[in-house]
Amino acid sequence: MTTKSVLAAVDDDAAPLTHHQLRELYTLMAAVRHLDTSAVAWQRQGIIPGYAPELGQEAAQVGSGYAVDRTRDFVFPTYREMGVARAMGLDMVGYMSTHKATWHGGMYNPLESRFAPIQAVVAGSVLHAVGWAHGQTLAGHAAGEIGVAMTYFGDGASSQGDVHEAMNFAAVMKAPVVFFIQNNGWAISVPTERQVAGGSVAARAAGYGIPSLQVDGNDVVAVFEATRSAFAHCRAGNGPVVIEAMTYRRGPHSTADDPGRYRTLDEERLDAGDDPLERFKQRLLTEGVADEAFFAEAQRLAEAEEEAVRAGIADLGPRPGAEMFSLVFQEPTPALQSQATAWRKESEHV
Amino acid sequence: MSETMTALPGIETATAGVHQLSMQQALNRALDEILAGNPKTVIFGEDCGRLGGVFRITDGLQAKHGEERVFDTPLAESGILGMSVGLAMAGFHPIPEVQFDGFAYPAINQIVCQIARMNYRSRGTLPMPITLRVPSFGGIRAPEHHGESLESLFAHVPGLKVVSPSTPHDAYHLLKYAATRPDPVIFMEPKSRYWQKGPVDLANALPGKSPHDGDPSSGGSLTGARVAREGRHLTLVAWGAMVARCLQVAELAAEDGIDVEVLDLRWLKPIDAEALATSVGKTRRAVVVHEAPLTSGLGAEVAQLITQSCFATLKAPVERVTGFDVPYPSGDLEDEYIPNIDRILFGIQRVLEYRRG
Ligand SMILES: Cc1ncc(C[n+]2csc(CCOP(=O)(O)OP(=O)(O)O)c2C)c(N)n1
Repeated sequence: MTTKSVLAAVDDDAAPLTHHQLRELYTLMAAVRHLDTSAVAWQRQGIIPGYAPELGQEAAQVGSGYAVDRTRDFVFPTYREMGVARAMGLDMVGYMSTHKATWHGGMYNPLESRFAPIQAVVAGSVLHAVGWAHGQTLAGHAAGEIGVAMTYFGDGASSQGDVHEAMNFAAVMKAPVVFFIQNNGWAISVPTERQVAGGSVAARAAGYGIPSLQVDGNDVVAVFEATRSAFAHCRAGNGPVVIEAMTYRRGPHSTADDPGRYRTLDEERLDAGDDPLERFKQRLLTEGVADEAFFAEAQRLAEAEEEAVRAGIADLGPRPGAEMFSLVFQEPTPALQSQATAWRKESEHV
Repeated sequence: MSETMTALPGIETATAGVHQLSMQQALNRALDEILAGNPKTVIFGEDCGRLGGVFRITDGLQAKHGEERVFDTPLAESGILGMSVGLAMAGFHPIPEVQFDGFAYPAINQIVCQIARMNYRSRGTLPMPITLRVPSFGGIRAPEHHGESLESLFAHVPGLKVVSPSTPHDAYHLLKYAATRPDPVIFMEPKSRYWQKGPVDLANALPGKSPHDGDPSSGGSLTGARVAREGRHLTLVAWGAMVARCLQVAELAAEDGIDVEVLDLRWLKPIDAEALATSVGKTRRAVVVHEAPLTSGLGAEVAQLITQSCFATLKAPVERVTGFDVPYPSGDLEDEYIPNIDRILFGIQRVLEYRRG
């Protein structure tokens, strides 16, 4: 599919990506593809209890995450944004620790990484992005300097009331926030046509007077460019933008899911469209941006990275139980302190 | 309640002196000073800007502090509370308002799953210094959902703190205190007390007495309970709007020679267990009074804390006088539902007349 603008496209006169940047995007996608498929294998091997794969969504995630400026922007993910995290340069052991069941939300530092804790409630953090973005307005940053919030959610999450409240708030307040929908065709077993009324999520933006773009979510460059212009729009003080990246979630929703109960493999093959990684590789070859040696090297780097992350995950012991008590509040309550004391006494006794 | 962290940017010291203020005026004044003292505080909700709130608690604040500091939001409670999370992440100290207690329900997901957990989820890197003001409890003959008693629900949630003032003085000081804390505080304002006047000592937060304070006349601490009336025979434990009623009951009981102590719990999480132990340790009898339904209400928690510390010396089981397990009834039935003077007196009688075996 081609990029289609539902409302007027926002634009800036950004330069086309350099060859170096194009190769970097490919390297990131290769790393994400390999880490993602490996994480599914880790689950099968019992290294982690569960994982939410993003096979087929690499372009949507890497293309958008690559547009984030970590010195001033902030990303509000769901549970499936490993590729965004990787594109933003997060500590991937810290990220994967959530899937290891080490800690809800991840072991990385959200303030340093500019990546909010992993969120399990669908649409839970869409409003947080609006609040954070409004904070940028209140802080009085000059237009052009302002930080932008980008919130990720799915076509299923778009049915939540919080998304509608968030879009309305953002539009009324002109908050610098990018609503980035990955429409991967499915919300667990429910296809988009049984989920989204009004034609598309992007089409809803019109009701709030928010400019929106539907973008080919399997084209990493198109996604990057759409996100970059959305950021420019927000940074210039024009308020929010909705981007709906049309993509496809191949394989299961999570490692606990059995997609065979709601679609056949043939349907999956037919509906999924081009593999975003393979498609980008062909483009880079055709345009002479990269050669086979480069792709082999990208794969080698991805494998080395996966080994390092797997080792890091394996080394992650359980957190000391005392943290369960000490991280609830900044100022713990006496009841909680005495529960911690009792716990310590009784668990040391055993 | 221990304070392991230093207070957030301070609020300015008030002009000294004791003023006669209504709770509405006291809260309004506190918010004014909070805004003046900490440029990171922002107040928002439905109608709290130009109108000054349906109860006028934010009256005049937008005109004085600007539309960026005090603003109206669209009519969406989840939006208001969800937005508070992002503002807190951006370094602000949000003081959101839900217009009436019953309308906190649409925001429960954001309060329980997000605000209460973000500090934990982020391993302490994203504190939520949010003070959620909730006009609370019944007694004003309002339509359905405009009078509810949600304290057990909030107090049950890990990561939230809950406080309810009963006097203008405490309303003023507890709000100023809550707004400097780094953790989320649900601030339950007894709306039936908004227009009652009382002395507010602006400069001295602690003229009240605390049973576990070395020198009772020096006052207690803003982080615990307050002895609203001293007595020898029995302790009435209450909070919010019920404190005034318990004080009335104590006066009536005194005519019959029964000397009732009234303990104003103030903090519903954390509960001042020490104050309960000291007061009931002395009187050896206790009745908990609350508007919320009986089953799984906070009265059960209070009774257990008392049992734990005073079992050996208690002269009777702890009694509860509460609302019933029914939806908060409409105005005409409100007086049947909310513990009235007679029901509280019966509760006292049950405790005084209790005989073992
Ligand atoms: C509020 C809420 N309801 C239900 C769930 C259970 N659940 C987890 S993922 C999911 C489907 C989400 O679909 P979508 O938003 O399209 O995102 P995707 O998983 O396809 O990326 C559901 C129903 C949840 N996590 N949160």
